Amino acid sequence: MPKFPAPPIPKALLPQPKRPGENGNGKTTPLEAGAEAGITVVDWVDERMQISGGIRWMLFRKVPKGINWAYTLGSATLFAFLNQAVTGVFLAMYYRPDASGGAYESIRYITDDAFLGQTVRAMHKWGASVMIILIFLHMGRTFFFGAYKYPRELTWIIGVVLLILTLAMGFTGYLLPFDQQSYWATIVGVNINGTGPFIGPYLSDFLRAGPEFGATTLSRFYAIHMMLIPGLMIALIGAHLYLITKLGISAPPWIKVTLADDEAPEMHTTQV
Amino acid sequence: MEDQVADRHTEGAKSKYTVDRRMPGAFEGETVTRRRFMTGVTHGAGGVAVMAFTLPALAFAVGPLFSREPFNWQTVGTPSDFSELTYATKVITIVQGIGNAGNTIAYMRKRDPAIDTEPEDQYNHYVALSSRCMHLGCPVRYVAAAERFICPCHGGVYDFRGMVVGGPPVRPLDRFYTRVHNGMVQVGPRYSVNFELHRFSPRDPGQPLNGIGQFLYPKRFDTSILPKN
Repeated sequence: MPKFPAPPIPKALLPQPKRPGENGNGKTTPLEAGAEAGITVVDWVDERMQISGGIRWMLFRKVPKGINWAYTLGSATLFAFLNQAVTGVFLAMYYRPDASGGAYESIRYITDDAFLGQTVRAMHKWGASVMIILIFLHMGRTFFFGAYKYPRELTWIIGVVLLILTLAMGFTGYLLPFDQQSYWATIVGVNINGTGPFIGPYLSDFLRAGPEFGATTLSRFYAIHMMLIPGLMIALIGAHLYLITKLGISAPPWIKVTLADDEAPEMHTTQV
Repeated sequence: MEDQVADRHTEGAKSKYTVDRRMPGAFEGETVTRRRFMTGVTHGAGGVAVMAFTLPALAFAVGPLFSREPFNWQTVGTPSDFSELTYATKVITIVQGIGNAGNTIAYMRKRDPAIDTEPEDQYNHYVALSSRCMHLGCPVRYVAAAERFICPCHGGVYDFRGMVVGGPPVRPLDRFYTRVHNGMVQVGPRYSVNFELHRFSPRDPGQPLNGIGQFLYPKRFDTSILPKN
C-alpha cells in the first residue's frame, strides 16, 4: 500500500498530547473518555474497515493552480442528482402508476393535499431541468478547457453516457404525471423512437409494452425511471468520480507550465 | 527447491499432458489442470446462476413484443348514422381497462364510389379513418368547413379521403376495418395504408410505407389481425 500524505488538518484540531502528571494515576477518567467518544467510535470503525486512507485519497488531493468556480459544475451536477434521488424516493411513497386515473389523482394529492408535497414535487420537477442545464455547463467547461484530452477520455465518455441516461430520465419521468401534456409528449417521443429503420418498430413496442399505449406502459416507464436508469447512473457516477480522483484535475489552459530545476522541457511537450 | 520449480517450467512445459509438465498428482492422459478445471466450473456455475435470473427477467420485459393483441368488433351505430358527405366522430376502445387513455377516435362516413377509388370489399362499405396523425401520433381534428383533417402539433393536413396534402406526415391516415353485422355498423382492427391506399399491417406513425418504407419498417408481431369469419 502506498503511503498517503497526512491531511492538512489545522493545528487546533489535532489531538494534543497529555501533559505529564495532569491526571495523577495515568488512567482515563470517564469525562476524558466521553470527550473522545466520537474519535473512539470512528477509530473502532476505521480499524475494521480501513477506509480513512481512501477517504483522504478522495478528499484531500492536490489540485492545479488557477482552478476557479467553473470547476465546481461537476459537483453541482452531482448534488442536483442527489436532490433528484432523495425527492424521487419520497415522491414514490405517494405516487401510483395507474393509467386509469390513479396516477393523475396521486399527483394531484401530492400537489394539493400532502404536507410539503408541492415543495418536494417542485424540487423534483425543477431540479430535473436544473440538472440538465448543469450537465451542459459542466460539459462546456470540460470541452473548452480541453479537459477531455489524454488521459481523461474515458471520464468524458462516461460523462456522455451519463448525459444520455439523464435525458432518458427526463423522457420517462415526463409521462408520470399522466396529464394531457405528458401523455401526448410520450406518444410523440415513442413514435420518434419508432422511426429508426428496422429496429424502430420493435423499440417503440418495447417502450409501450405492446402496439398501443396500454395498461402497463405507465408502470414500465415508472420502473425504468426509478430503478433501471438510476442504478446505471449511480454505478457510472462512481466510475466517473473514481477517474477524476485517480487522474487528478486538469489545469486551466491559460496556466503556463513552470519547470522545476531538474526537469527538462521535453517532459512537457506532449501536454499542450 | 528452486531447481524443481525451474524444471517444472522448462522441461516438458510445452506438452499438453499434465504428467509431462510434472504437476503433482497428475493423472495419466490428463490435459486440463485441476486449477483450470475448477476455474472453469466456478465461472460456468456463476454464469448459469446469473442467466437463471437474467434471461427470465429479460424475456418478461420483451414478452409484449410477441403477444398478439386481442380484438373485438365494436358496434358504432346503424347505417343511417353515416353519410357520404361528412364524417361522424365515433369513440372506440383500443385498450381495455385504462379508461379514457385506452380510447381513440374513428372518423367515419359511408363509402362514396365517386371518390373512393380503392377496390371495394366487405370491409370498406364504410370508411373509418383513425384520428392518429401519421407524422408523430398527435390527434387530428376534422374541420368540416375546409373538408380537411388538421393536426395541432406540427401542421399535418389531410384531405377528405385522409390523403396527405400538407405538412410532415409520411403516409395517409390509418384506417379501421368496418363491416355491417346484423344491421349494425361495426369497427374492427386498425390497418395502415400507403399513398396508393394498399393495405398494410398497422405501423406506427412516422414510418413511411411507400417504396422501401415497408421493408425499413417491418411488420410487428403483436398487432391485432383481422378475425377470421
